[in-house]
Amino acid sequence: MMAMHRLRRNAIKLEGERSSALDLAHGRLVLISAFFGLVYLVFAIRAFDLAVIQAFEMPYESEAVDVVEVADRAETQEVSVVAKGRADIYDRNGELLATTLKTSSLYADTHLIFDPENTARQLVKIFPKLSYGKVLHKLQSGRRFEWIERNIHPDKIEQVMLIGEPGLDFKESYRRFYPQGESTVHMVGYGDIDANGLAGIERSFNNHLNEGRELHLTMDVRLQHILRREIKRSVDKFEAKAGAGVIMDVTNGEILAGVSLPDFDPHYPGGAEKDEIFNMLTLGVYELGSVFKIFSTAAFFENKNVPMSVTFDASEPIKVGRHTIRDYHAENRILTAPEVFMHSSNIGSALMGQAVGTEKLRAFYKDLGLLDTIDFEVREVAKPLVPQPWREINTLTASYGHGVSTTPLHLAGAVASIVNGGYAVKPKLVLDETGEKSSTDVRVVSAETAQRIRQLLRLVVTEGTGSKADVKGYRVGGKTGTAEKIVNGKYDNKKKISSFVGVFPMDAPQYVIYIMVDEPVGQKDTWGYATGGWVAAPAVARTVSSMASVLGIPPAAEGSAPDQFGESLRQFVSTREVSQ
Amino acid sequence: MSRLSRTDKSLLAQWWWTVDKGMMVAFFVLAVLGVLLVATASPPVAERIGLGSYHFLIRHVIILGPAVTLLVGLSFLSQKNIRRLATLVFVGSLVAMVLALVTGMEIKGAQRWIHVFGFSLQPSEFVKPAFAILAAWMMSMQKEKQGFPGNAVTAGLYVLTVTLLLMQPDLGMTVIVTSIWAAQIFLAGFPFRLLVVLVALGAVGMGAAYMGFDHVQSRIDRYLYPEKGDTFQVDLSVQSFQNGGVLGTGPGQGVIKMDLPDAHADFIFSVAAEEMGLMAVFVLLGLYGFILLRGYNRLMHSNDMFTVLAVGGLLTMFGLQALIHMGSSLHLLPTKGMTLPFISYGGSSLLSMGFSMGVVLALTRHKNRTGISKGGLSLTSAPQYKNAQAKAAS
Repeated sequence: MMAMHRLRRNAIKLEGERSSALDLAHGRLVLISAFFGLVYLVFAIRAFDLAVIQAFEMPYESEAVDVVEVADRAETQEVSVVAKGRADIYDRNGELLATTLKTSSLYADTHLIFDPENTARQLVKIFPKLSYGKVLHKLQSGRRFEWIERNIHPDKIEQVMLIGEPGLDFKESYRRFYPQGESTVHMVGYGDIDANGLAGIERSFNNHLNEGRELHLTMDVRLQHILRREIKRSVDKFEAKAGAGVIMDVTNGEILAGVSLPDFDPHYPGGAEKDEIFNMLTLGVYELGSVFKIFSTAAFFENKNVPMSVTFDASEPIKVGRHTIRDYHAENRILTAPEVFMHSSNIGSALMGQAVGTEKLRAFYKDLGLLDTIDFEVREVAKPLVPQPWREINTLTASYGHGVSTTPLHLAGAVASIVNGGYAVKPKLVLDETGEKSSTDVRVVSAETAQRIRQLLRLVVTEGTGSKADVKGYRVGGKTGTAEKIVNGKYDNKKKISSFVGVFPMDAPQYVIYIMVDEPVGQKDTWGYATGGWVAAPAVARTVSSMASVLGIPPAAEGSAPDQFGESLRQFVSTREVSQ
Repeated sequence: MSRLSRTDKSLLAQWWWTVDKGMMVAFFVLAVLGVLLVATASPPVAERIGLGSYHFLIRHVIILGPAVTLLVGLSFLSQKNIRRLATLVFVGSLVAMVLALVTGMEIKGAQRWIHVFGFSLQPSEFVKPAFAILAAWMMSMQKEKQGFPGNAVTAGLYVLTVTLLLMQPDLGMTVIVTSIWAAQIFLAGFPFRLLVVLVALGAVGMGAAYMGFDHVQSRIDRYLYPEKGDTFQVDLSVQSFQNGGVLGTGPGQGVIKMDLPDAHADFIFSVAAEEMGLMAVFVLLGLYGFILLRGYNRLMHSNDMFTVLAVGGLLTMFGLQALIHMGSSLHLLPTKGMTLPFISYGGSSLLSMGFSMGVVLALTRHKNRTGISKGGLSLTSAPQYKNAQAKAAS
């Protein structure tokens, strides 16, 4: 009985403890419930805040389609789905060179196509290039996203809408357009599908443009078209492989036109051939030949204090080691300096180079920028090929443009640096809008040497190999260059680079125009000649005459002082061979 | 069913008159809403990763069958059987977790899954409810039998579970298990002062996780400094609420879900908000709140410590998971991948919820009354328990 009693007491005690523990638990249950209730209430308030107070009316544009598009883009050759904000490129007069436009592309959500057969039939009517079978196959693919046609005309958008299929929808994208087409492709460049510039200004100013900042180039679209037209004419006439050229302002190095032929449509770079993509003007390095005589002659007068009447014995070829230097237009006599230049005597120029000396000639070429890669806004630039080591024979050959290979752009820049009065200029393509003076004050030749070279250049056109470059009243001066190309390590006299560098007006030079034609073939009406004087000089003349009218440059009156420029050199020229 | 008589002593009739039918209906409503939301939220996700449009929906519906079966079936079980089952599940899950660590492949930087019959199961989902039941059992035992080291055993189970979870690593699950345990300790009458110390320790633990796990750090950083990191998901989630407005864009008409990477699972609440608007948000909040409050209220009338602790822990798990999911979607909490109970796609999560809530339904059933009299002398309001006790005493 006692035991029973104790047990019962224990039981009651336990009961009491449990009861108090349960009371505590119940109390704390209230706290937990309150916690959840409170937090859920906060959530409700937050949801109300977002859905009602912060609600936006702006329709949300899904990016899901873009995910599909990325995959799709990789398959297509299509080009230039460019970032929306990519800025325009203009020429110096504000003509549009590159811009970004919105285009619409048609796609189908096949889940929402109710009548595939009819829709396909209608679509083929609107887009005759599509085939019914292919379109139907796409519409029945069961995919949520199928491209039907890219970049369609606005009129067609309306026609597609009139079909009334909810599954046909448009995706807007942004494309890069080049209004001048192939004409400016080697300067302006082109881009890939992801808005990245692949060449030209589009490449070198990629980020700049993507940041929405416009660019103005020094290019003048009118001159660009003229230059391209005239080079193309020569290339076509002489059945040449290629051609290139540049018009540069000699006072500041601004490129007014830059051409490399063949070229291609920048909207479809995928279809371009290798030689079309190649930019000869900046990437091609060639032994440019006699045009280099301008530099050796300038070096000669700059270093030797001699009068124009100085003579050189060109009666016999020079032999140095196993090399023999011959004249192409051989006079086989003693020539004055102007005669050396106008007849383009290799012997005479080699003798001038020899007189200057290896070190000084090389240093002079370097000052002119001929031995280094050009620092240019178009980044596709080639490094000149310079003899290593530079021996004396290299000095002789470099004097008439052999053994040193440069780009056509190098040449134009170096000529400009001499004829502008002797100040080094660098080629530039982007217009400096700060208005800062862009030419340097670095002198490469004295004013006196510059003046002599001007006279000599004019003499080449009035009396010598460049007579076909003359344009009445515009005082064109220049120098021909005909270089044999190296084929398999040997000079091949059938394959030439024929070029002409022209400057005008010669009494106060403003423009340098360089045109080169790759592998021209002599024609009947040129008596089989394909030299610079026959191929490139006429192209320069045509360019000058068109340029003059476009730019409104008046010709000098016949017999006026500018028109007589360079006449004084005639006294050093034997009159019997004014034939060329 | 209404034909069942209150005096019918069959198992079904007893169940019918004792189970919390209101709560059960709420679970069914959630499950139906879940199918609806997975149907609208999962096709874009499936298409994006190259699966068939209805890949997730089909799997969700297939899993829903067993989950509902668990929910209803387990609600028939007695306390004793629930403890047995929980023990089995707990041991099984721990073994599976070890297996996952040893053999499982890594998905998204964690080893959480094992493959059974073509389905990948996440054993840590099942360890949570099983732990809650075992811990409740041990703690209540300590209260019943003096000298039984229930609390110590619980602590041991906790350390074991959390160690395995952290090795995966699965921090979300760790937080949930810790919260379950904390709620149970709290309910069991743990002194407030010590609780404060524990909370402090928890904070230190979170700090350590922040320092120690890169993905945790980036998530918390993203929450605290949205301008710094990639807040793509959360931004879209917030936009879903804004786009949905009060009435929503209409079922299937949402557009933000097209871009939400985890629209069918961790961000399904946002899809609901976009397509069915603030209404759906309130309905869901109401449903979860209803289940929680009804469950806790039911415990207020229970005099069984085991029931209070087990159901308290399980409901806390249920409520907390919903809370974290919704809080993440609303950008009130750092983004933590957490499924919305009974709604989100996720086989293991669905089954685990069926299991947990089945147990809750079973334990919250009204006790069989042995007579009409309530036993007038009782100190407590649980006559049935007293009878049993009296039997034991005599």
